[in-house]
Amino acid sequence: MTEISNFIIPVIVVIMILHGIFKGVNVFNEFTAGAKEGLKILLNILPSLVALIFSIELIKASGALDTLCSLLSPITSFLGIPKEVSPLTILSPISGSGSLGMFESILKNHGPDSFIGRCASVIMGSTETTFYTMTVYYGSVGIKKSRHTLPSALCADFTSFILSPKFVKLFLYQ
Amino acid sequence: MNYIWPIMIIFSFICAVFNGKIGALSTAIIDSGSVAISLAIKLLGIICLWNGLIKIAEKSGLTVSLAKLLSPVLKLLFPKLKDEEARQLISMNITANILGLDNAATPLGLKAMNRLSTLNNHSATADDNMVRFVVINTASLHLISTTVAMLRNEYGSKSPTEVIVPALITSAISLSCGILMTIILKRVFK
Repeated sequence: MTEISNFIIPVIVVIMILHGIFKGVNVFNEFTAGAKEGLKILLNILPSLVALIFSIELIKASGALDTLCSLLSPITSFLGIPKEVSPLTILSPISGSGSLGMFESILKNHGPDSFIGRCASVIMGSTETTFYTMTVYYGSVGIKKSRHTLPSALCADFTSFILSPKFVKLFLYQ
Repeated sequence: MNYIWPIMIIFSFICAVFNGKIGALSTAIIDSGSVAISLAIKLLGIICLWNGLIKIAEKSGLTVSLAKLLSPVLKLLFPKLKDEEARQLISMNITANILGLDNAATPLGLKAMNRLSTLNNHSATADDNMVRFVVINTASLHLISTTVAMLRNEYGSKSPTEVIVPALITSAISLSCGILMTIILKRVFK
């Protein structure tokens, strides 16, 4: 499986460049012209990125995560989410690297083939870092009012959290 | 974010006081700037690289072919979006997402956002297409989540890929819920 996925990126890059040459595009000139635009995009994102990382680092350092988990544990246990996995549900919309670290520690402590490990795997495979994506995407074009983006996106995340334990039971424990 | 951001900071402060972690909080405040910048530098390289490659694909007409291939999907997700360039960029972003190319999906998505912003007269308020597009990107479209499979393998799973099917179905349903919410909430958040 990993062998196949190792091929994806190189093959796509080669196809893009070969197709360009085949169609008579000045590939090097076009590449550098495109790359130059990248600089401007990053400058637009930077301020909101600094703000977001600032608040995430504070959440991680202050132990706020544990406090939130214990506050929300009645809800998560009611929804059938194992209590070992519930920190992941809070962290995964906020921080990509943080949730990856937590996922690794769950795999290490409970084993990847345990119910807990499988639930965590499905949650990791079916969600993205909502806050980060929103910050970067809207930051790059100067959107101040995101309207119903956050409630809709969090609703999608929430659906994943509820369904993960259900589908793990359904598919992996007949 | 005008509400969530201060809440995150104040909540962290209160928790740090009660958990006796005020020292760690102080270090985190000082360090967070450099954490953000090192992430930004990493992003800069990725964005420049993929922007360069997209430019080649645009000039060679590869993006047009891809948009044609995905036009049924786009018709379903963005029925009101007629702009050809935006449709091409969104098609490329969705393809990168499906293939699990996170590094490529973000720069492509940002280029698509740039086009959507132009169509929206560079307004500071997101329009319906933007909201829909961002919600799609905050959900996971991965066909195979390679990171999850790799880590499961690393920690000795007997079948690292067994979670693909439940993860795929969960993603599909949660994405549909997200999209459904954009339709329902569209009228609430004018």
